Amino acid sequence: MVRNPKLIAVLHNPIAIAESIQQRKRWEQFFILLGWFSLLVALLTLVVLVADLLIRGWPLLNLKFLLSPPSSDPEEAGILTAWVGSLLVILVTIVVAVPLGIGAGIYLEEYAPKNWLLDFIEINITNLAGVPSIIYGLLALGFFVYILKWGESILTAGCTLALLILPVVIVTTRESLRAIPVGIREGAYSVGASRWQTIFDHVLPYSMGGILTGIIVGISRAIGETAPLITIGALTFITFLPEAPIKGEFPYISFNWLWSPFTVLPIQMFNWVSRPQEAFQINSAAAGVVLLVLTLLVNSTAIYLRYRFRKSIKF
Amino acid sequence: MAQDSFSVKTNLPLTLPSRTVRIWRERVIAGVLFLAAISSVLTTLVIVYILFSETVIFFEKVMEVDRVSLWEALVEFFTGTDWSPLIEPLGIGILPLLAGTLTTCFVGLCVAVPLGTIAAIYLSEFAPAKVREILKPILEILAGVPTVVYGYFALLVITPVLQKIILGVQKFLLPGRNEWDYFQLPGFNMLGAGIAVGLMVLPYVCSLVEDALQAVPLELREGSYAMGATRIQTALNVLIPAAISGIAAAYILGFSRAVGETMIVAVAAGLQPKFTFNPFEAAATTTAFIVSVSLGDLPHGSFEYQSIFAAGIMLFFATLFMNVLGYFLSRRYREVY
Repeated sequence: MVRNPKLIAVLHNPIAIAESIQQRKRWEQFFILLGWFSLLVALLTLVVLVADLLIRGWPLLNLKFLLSPPSSDPEEAGILTAWVGSLLVILVTIVVAVPLGIGAGIYLEEYAPKNWLLDFIEINITNLAGVPSIIYGLLALGFFVYILKWGESILTAGCTLALLILPVVIVTTRESLRAIPVGIREGAYSVGASRWQTIFDHVLPYSMGGILTGIIVGISRAIGETAPLITIGALTFITFLPEAPIKGEFPYISFNWLWSPFTVLPIQMFNWVSRPQEAFQINSAAAGVVLLVLTLLVNSTAIYLRYRFRKSIKF
Repeated sequence: MAQDSFSVKTNLPLTLPSRTVRIWRERVIAGVLFLAAISSVLTTLVIVYILFSETVIFFEKVMEVDRVSLWEALVEFFTGTDWSPLIEPLGIGILPLLAGTLTTCFVGLCVAVPLGTIAAIYLSEFAPAKVREILKPILEILAGVPTVVYGYFALLVITPVLQKIILGVQKFLLPGRNEWDYFQLPGFNMLGAGIAVGLMVLPYVCSLVEDALQAVPLELREGSYAMGATRIQTALNVLIPAAISGIAAAYILGFSRAVGETMIVAVAAGLQPKFTFNPFEAAATTTAFIVSVSLGDLPHGSFEYQSIFAAGIMLFFATLFMNVLGYFLSRRYREVY
């Protein structure tokens, strides 16, 4: 029963009904405009950001900038030690985070009994994913640098970033394992495969696409991360490269670089942007372009991979 | 004879591992995987241990230097408005840092919450599939921009624009004054940093809200449409109430991320602790303070060294509280349907 007299008046008047519909449609149009506006803000941010970096950093964007170490002269200063440092730190991060993350994901999804411990670990991982990155820096400062006495080294930085991206890897591993239909598992079990054989030979290969995406997203986050590395004291003026990992004489491989001090791209950029001299803003912008291109490249690989795997595998 | 021909026909590996070996191999693998899973718990434990042990030393030193009881030191810590642990007399009131953090977060959320929610409703309910397919990766890319780049953006793009806008508005409203009589926005300010924080959190809030909306079952939408509601009426009156716990979780997690944001505020909001809620001023946040101390020489065991852990423990528990709250809220919306 409609009691509202205004509404009854409208209901008995076809013109009023048409008007009411028109009004609601106008509202809808208005909201679509609002939606476009919000998305435009996001888009515009990206465009202005990229354009500003490119315009400001353009004079420095050449090979010399990539191949010279930092210097107190803004025109001479380059990012050689920074990108080499980033590369080595990320290498350590991958070596630590990938096996640990995939292992943890497999255990939680395939082995763990559903009890309070699983709940606890789940809450734990959710929280770790949301802990501010600088807290990881404090952890690294207290634990890696002073308790384990690893110093302000590439090893410390790599392990710190590995802990930081671990939740991402674990969560995506679990999600992609969950997406594999039960039939595949049952098929493997029915021909006598053990639990590990089922997982390793059948479930993991199918879910590799999703897991790879998660790893790449984690790496792109690790490349851009600055705060935790500042707290372990990476903001030093480094003009030399770490020792090369491959040598001419026996045993050909050396791990001394793990212990050497380092700087990374985002820290180099932070260093330049926080200097009072305006000339260094150009260096900062140029380093920003390199950093942005790197993370965008890695990120779009992840987006592409996910798109491809979503298309190619259909159960 | 018969057995031999059987083994030739089938090519089965005749040296299968024994049952015991198989069982033990499975157990060892399960054990190794369990250790990997437990590493996350260990990480949390180590974080809590390090933060607590250094904070305890921090308070012991405060008690020793200022000759106060633990209770007085704690009261000073939570209610004092002077944070200057690097110079004597020691100021150990955490409020200036919290004020800085809350102000930048507030500005950030003012940007991220309305824009993120509207964008999410648009993407989830209005956008054609093709538009969605283009826009979602762009949002993802925006979420992947390193925060130090956002810091650069806040300092060298947003702040100069804000300075011009604020000066222009004043000239329009109060014409005919001398140039230096107008309020000048300082180069480091919490407003510009907060806006950058908001732009950084925006894609995150947007995708979480969208997830929450997508989790609402189709029947609710169809029911609403069948009653003659438009899409916007459906979204506002049916979907948002149905997804409210998920949306609340999105806001809380966005807030948690804004609280923990470090590089933007360290670059653009200033590094001096100051007790103010005015976004037009420069003030250090909790995270920026940790960065500014770490930038200098930081000897192990010094008072500065412990002070960053005392600031960090506040940060850790604030975000822990919000993350757990967000976790349970988002789990609730998944369970309802």
